[in-house]
Amino acid sequence: MSARRPPVVLVAPAALGALVVIVPLAALVQRAPWDEVGRQLGSDAARDALRLSLLTSTAATVIAMVVGVPLAWVLARVAFPGRTVVRAVVTLPMVLPPVAGGVALLLAFGRRGLVGGWLDDTFGITLPFTTAGVVLAQTFVALPFLVLAVESGFRGLDGRLEDAAATLGARPLHVFRRVTLPLVAPAVAAGAALCWARALGEFGATITFAGNFRGVTQTMPSAVFLELESGNPDGAVALSLVLLAVSLAILLALRGRLLGAR
Amino acid sequence: MRAALVVAALVLLAACSPDDDETLTVFAAASLTDAFTAIGDRFEDEHPDIDVVFSFAGSQQLVAQVAEGADADVVATADQESMRALDLRSTVFATNSLAIFVEPGNPLRIEALGDLARDDVTLVLAAPEVPAGRYAAAALEAAGVEATPKSFEENVKAVVTRVALGEADAGIAYVSDLLVAADDVESISIPLTHNVVARYPIAAEPGDPLAAAFVDLVLGEEGQLILLRHGFGER
Repeated sequence: MSARRPPVVLVAPAALGALVVIVPLAALVQRAPWDEVGRQLGSDAARDALRLSLLTSTAATVIAMVVGVPLAWVLARVAFPGRTVVRAVVTLPMVLPPVAGGVALLLAFGRRGLVGGWLDDTFGITLPFTTAGVVLAQTFVALPFLVLAVESGFRGLDGRLEDAAATLGARPLHVFRRVTLPLVAPAVAAGAALCWARALGEFGATITFAGNFRGVTQTMPSAVFLELESGNPDGAVALSLVLLAVSLAILLALRGRLLGAR
Repeated sequence: MRAALVVAALVLLAACSPDDDETLTVFAAASLTDAFTAIGDRFEDEHPDIDVVFSFAGSQQLVAQVAEGADADVVATADQESMRALDLRSTVFATNSLAIFVEPGNPLRIEALGDLARDDVTLVLAAPEVPAGRYAAAALEAAGVEATPKSFEENVKAVVTRVALGEADAGIAYVSDLLVAADDVESISIPLTHNVVARYPIAAEPGDPLAAAFVDLVLGEEGQLILLRHGFGER
């Protein structure tokens, strides 16, 4: 009888873990200045920031999928010297303080940067202070989340299905597209959701690399931070709630569609 | 075994030592970082059993933290407006003014505020939400210049960093910021008629003799000299 009941040693820390996340969010809702939420929703600046955030985080996720899924496959399936090192380096943006990531991006893609200087001289392209710069910063920070999720998906695959397809004469790229990819679709979906959420909340690398200008580089997290700086915590709380509500709605919708509602 | 004992002893020591020393917590505006660190060292020399602990951030952030119950013994902000929200008795202890910051050698030959409106000049300003951004906007307005920056930085140090890294050709920051980044930037002064004088107020927790002593040091000859050396004007 009692064997059916979940063990307390698991339930107690689980509840504690959930509370660590829920209590601050509840405090945000409890403190919510609802008239301020309405005022912010009506303001052009907040709408510009929200639109830019949705656009850039989606673009960053698409780019992350295009380069991240193949990267995850290479890391999982291709044995090459230094693979462990490459894997570790690729996941570094997860632990790097985002502001430091932003400085690293400036040193690489800034006007005087390693690659950025060449881009500027050759094509007249500069990335800082542009929307493309925001997308780059978000991709840099969020890509590892997708790569890690998808790589563990590739590793968990039953290789016999791919072997069977190969034995039947399918070429490697064909096997990848028709057999491997559909099998890891749930991992790709989960990775993309994580990546998107991380890109949406990205602040440090974005403001350091791309700057802050309404409609061009000012994302929701930047707008929240500046509301706080201007001595208007109510405005910051209101904007945060809008961002939370939008991301929760999108993540729930994606979860239902991509992972099958459970 | 022996190593474990040593480690345990060290941990115990580390855990105990803060109790022996009293701490004085000072919340100060980001632009005061270097000057106040020097004043704090001086204070610790005078009071060997006191630890001065600083929290440097944007003035508005400091005020928000104190209003939410952060335990500060002394608060110093970069503008009087932020301080007013705290309802503490404060004294102006330093002034600061603005300068145009450009790359070393001034390759674009920027001479005055009017040049900041040029198309070939990539300009960054502090966001209007922070004091330095408000002052910069006021200076541009006083000079009748309409310049559109590429970015509104979240604090004044970020403006200097942009110019120092070469991302921006020009920015407006405090005169006191020059001493921090003197190798990577050059400053061009803004005439008094267009410049804005920022007044820095300081306040002590009422009834705290140690906090009052720190404020006295800042206002006294020695503190003023340190502030002057870091590019601040007299109060």
